[in-house]
Amino acid sequence: MDGEYVDALVDTAPDGIDFDDLRVDREPDGYTFRTPAAAHTGIDEETLREVAADSPYVRNWYFWHAVAPQKDDRWAFLRWLEGADERGVAERYDALSDGLATTWGQLHLRVALTDGERRYHVRHVADADTDSDDLDAHDDPLDARELAKHDDDGQYRPLKTAPSLRTGWAFPDLTAGDLVATVDAFYPATVANWHREREGDLDVSHWRDTVSRQTGIYGVVDTWDRGDGHEHVNWVAEACCDDSQCLKRREWQYDDGTDLDVDGGAGAFPCREPCSLVIAAARKWTKLEGEETRTYEFDLTPSEKEQLEAIIDAVADGEADDIREADVYEGANRYRVRYLRAKLFDEDGTFAGVETDD
Amino acid sequence: MDQALVIAAHGSHLNAESSTPTYDHADTIRATGAFAEVRESFWKEEPSFREVLRTVDADEVYLVPLFISEGYFTEQVIPREFRLEDWDPALWDSDGTSATTATLSAGDTGQTVHYCGPVGTHDTMSDVIVQRAQSVTGDPDVGEGFGLAVVGHGTERNENSAKAIQYHADRIRERGRFDEVQSLFMDEEPEVDDVTDHFESDDVVVVPLFIADGFHTQEDIPEDMGLTDDYRTGYDVPTTVDGHDIWYAGAVGTEPLMADVVLERAADAGADVSAAIEQVREETGGARPATGD
Repeated sequence: MDGEYVDALVDTAPDGIDFDDLRVDREPDGYTFRTPAAAHTGIDEETLREVAADSPYVRNWYFWHAVAPQKDDRWAFLRWLEGADERGVAERYDALSDGLATTWGQLHLRVALTDGERRYHVRHVADADTDSDDLDAHDDPLDARELAKHDDDGQYRPLKTAPSLRTGWAFPDLTAGDLVATVDAFYPATVANWHREREGDLDVSHWRDTVSRQTGIYGVVDTWDRGDGHEHVNWVAEACCDDSQCLKRREWQYDDGTDLDVDGGAGAFPCREPCSLVIAAARKWTKLEGEETRTYEFDLTPSEKEQLEAIIDAVADGEADDIREADVYEGANRYRVRYLRAKLFDEDGTFAGVETDD
Repeated sequence: MDQALVIAAHGSHLNAESSTPTYDHADTIRATGAFAEVRESFWKEEPSFREVLRTVDADEVYLVPLFISEGYFTEQVIPREFRLEDWDPALWDSDGTSATTATLSAGDTGQTVHYCGPVGTHDTMSDVIVQRAQSVTGDPDVGEGFGLAVVGHGTERNENSAKAIQYHADRIRERGRFDEVQSLFMDEEPEVDDVTDHFESDDVVVVPLFIADGFHTQEDIPEDMGLTDDYRTGYDVPTTVDGHDIWYAGAVGTEPLMADVVLERAADAGADVSAAIEQVREETGGARPATGD
């Protein structure tokens, strides 16, 4: 691309250029060329070409107009990535020569200059300091679809923004367009929604709007709201939308005038409506919550009651598999739970011999 | 003006491979360069039907449902979730298997969307079923001495579900290539369980009209037909059942030629993709047979 940016500058100069500390115009007495580092007036085309050839301001202008994707959100994302709003061109090019890194969900994104051109690098945040030779290298953004499919344990990830992205891979050398495509394959639509939010036009669809839109087998979820509060939706959000479960920042509420009471999270990109997983789970809860409570009587020791609480916590926090085999001090330890089952369940698997339906 | 293709598929919260045919066909089409952008979207996965259009740069979008039948998903869910303004199923003027296209505006992005009928009811789907039979038998001339069963889910809630199966079975039967052609169903008569009752031919190719392999095509149907007692132990192709050799093909949607049907839908809606259609047919073994209609 050597020289392309100079040709482009000469071609565009008659229309005037005013971008990122670069001003170029063609006046009757010649070209003017101004940057914080240089000012030339009344110069001919040959001189313009000479001063432009060595100017990072010109390469910067060319990148943002001829190399970077022009779709508003993609362009804004790439600008954000290198802190273009906070750093002038000179400072930015200094920083880019060493490389600038940021985080997007569990993605570690890095941009650096190679021979004066921006090249992009993506890997898992947990691999930020891993030797590149130890990571599987990819160059096709669409490979991200496959990488995003399973977690490190081989479990299917139905939710792309779950904080369970697998590790061990890298996209070491991407163009600007491929960087955005890669991010979008890992975390679809997050760039578009982030940009909409920044522009003040994120189209949030709250719980009420979303469930009342449902039809077919999901139409039943609408009946869960009975006009007597939104506590159940708090529980849904706490169960599904917490940062420990999803990296999107929940912006949807119960309805336009009723905020939920649980935190929406700290994610960089917003969640604009209950997703299909939330709706599918809510369908199950709608059915379960249609049941009336009843009183069961069990005899438990205080420690057994606390053990049940520990088991629920361990499963809910995804920590059951992390409890060491011989750590019998943990209530959710497998031996402890097997002992509890041996003691309290009868031969039909019924808890404490108390029938569910009596 | 740049044209984009968006494929709308069901996807799954549970089955990691549900999306695979969608990705494969999108990749085949992407490689032709016929569209500035090709995007997959899903009811159960991401990008979602709700948000995929905002990730597309082009102002003009061809939207093709990777679904088998016309009905609930193509007439209600997809238009609603994509926010296709002023959609009315009557715009397709379909009898249940003859959907065409409708040009609409997307409410949230303003893009022009050419909303196409599903792949499953396009005429070229008949070719894919035949191609699937060729693939599973390894015989490019398969037909003589063979019966063909086209298997659908079937459901009493949507009569179009069975119509699509019968439509293609009728079309393939009329070609006279196979000795016998029958449509069979999982949930209604005639049932796939009794497959051998419906054929006299010693060899029967069974092609399920499903988009992706999953619970139904990999577990239910093989067990229902008696290919195996337990799907986990697998089965041979062919497997002999009641004196018939059953060549079970798995989901037709995994056949590479499906990419052609997606392109045909876009072409019918005005997309300039004739070169891509030729290329894809060439690559996926779908060059038109002389006996084709």
